[in-house]
Amino acid sequence: MTQRVGVVRFPGTNCEFDTIDAIRSLDGEAEVLWHGQYDLKNVDAIVIPGGFAHGDYLRCGAIAKFSPIMDSINSFAQDGGPVLGICNGFQVLTEAGLLPGALQKNAGMKFLCSMQQIEFVSTSNVLGHQSTAGDRLLIPINHFEGNYVCSPEVLTQMQAENRIVFRYTDNPNGSTADIAGICNQAGNVVGMMPHPERATSHLLGSTDGNSLLKSLLAA
Amino acid sequence: MHFEVKVEVSPREGIANPEGSTIERALPALGFVTAGNVRVGKVIRLQVEADSSDDAKSLVEDMCSRFLSNPVIEDSLVEVLEE
Repeated sequence: MTQRVGVVRFPGTNCEFDTIDAIRSLDGEAEVLWHGQYDLKNVDAIVIPGGFAHGDYLRCGAIAKFSPIMDSINSFAQDGGPVLGICNGFQVLTEAGLLPGALQKNAGMKFLCSMQQIEFVSTSNVLGHQSTAGDRLLIPINHFEGNYVCSPEVLTQMQAENRIVFRYTDNPNGSTADIAGICNQAGNVVGMMPHPERATSHLLGSTDGNSLLKSLLAA
Repeated sequence: MHFEVKVEVSPREGIANPEGSTIERALPALGFVTAGNVRVGKVIRLQVEADSSDDAKSLVEDMCSRFLSNPVIEDSLVEVLEE
């Protein structure tokens, strides 16, 4: 059972405390890891939370790949360590080359902030241990650049390898193939635009994020 | 030698450019009914030290492919302006 989760903070990250609270509410341990350090403090899993790493300058996530901690996260991921990128964290993972494709501005040019229904497409990854394919979850989105794009070849390959983790049932942002989340070949690195840490209590309107975070804790 | 270089980063052909489409839809309101295919990108200007104009260009092209543009969604055009 994974016990300790490192939650990465870049300058401009703003969802680290929500994420830490959510993990602690599930009896996991969580602590902030500063982007300027190499030390992952022996955590069992990494979350790159939402926000605006390095002010989203140049492109969302583009500057973050130069942060020292990304070198360590690269090695951690290659060794099979569980890594979850949420929203801006997903953008960081694509820019860092840990996940394919890119996230461009929403079709419709609107910042979207709403509860969204997503469906598990593949559960063969660190978020899927408590779920079965076809499960539908209510998880909020909160983004301007969430329109997932990749080449047709990459899409075909990901479909063949069961790497599309979530799809929107009602595509809000124009994402290719309704993609809301994907994973790497090994299934230990997942990126998703919706925010599971904001769907962890009835007060927030949904508790569907809990099963995803519990799965990460058990990965 | 110092070279002044201009980089134009634009959305790749076939990639939706919602910003351009939005501007395109707004132009007719001002009477500009003949405008089409509006694409929005960005311009980056920088100075580099290199032995020749060609060297300056290839240096900045390398920056583009690895950092200044995201080849998944963007094209880049490098122009060396002056020494």
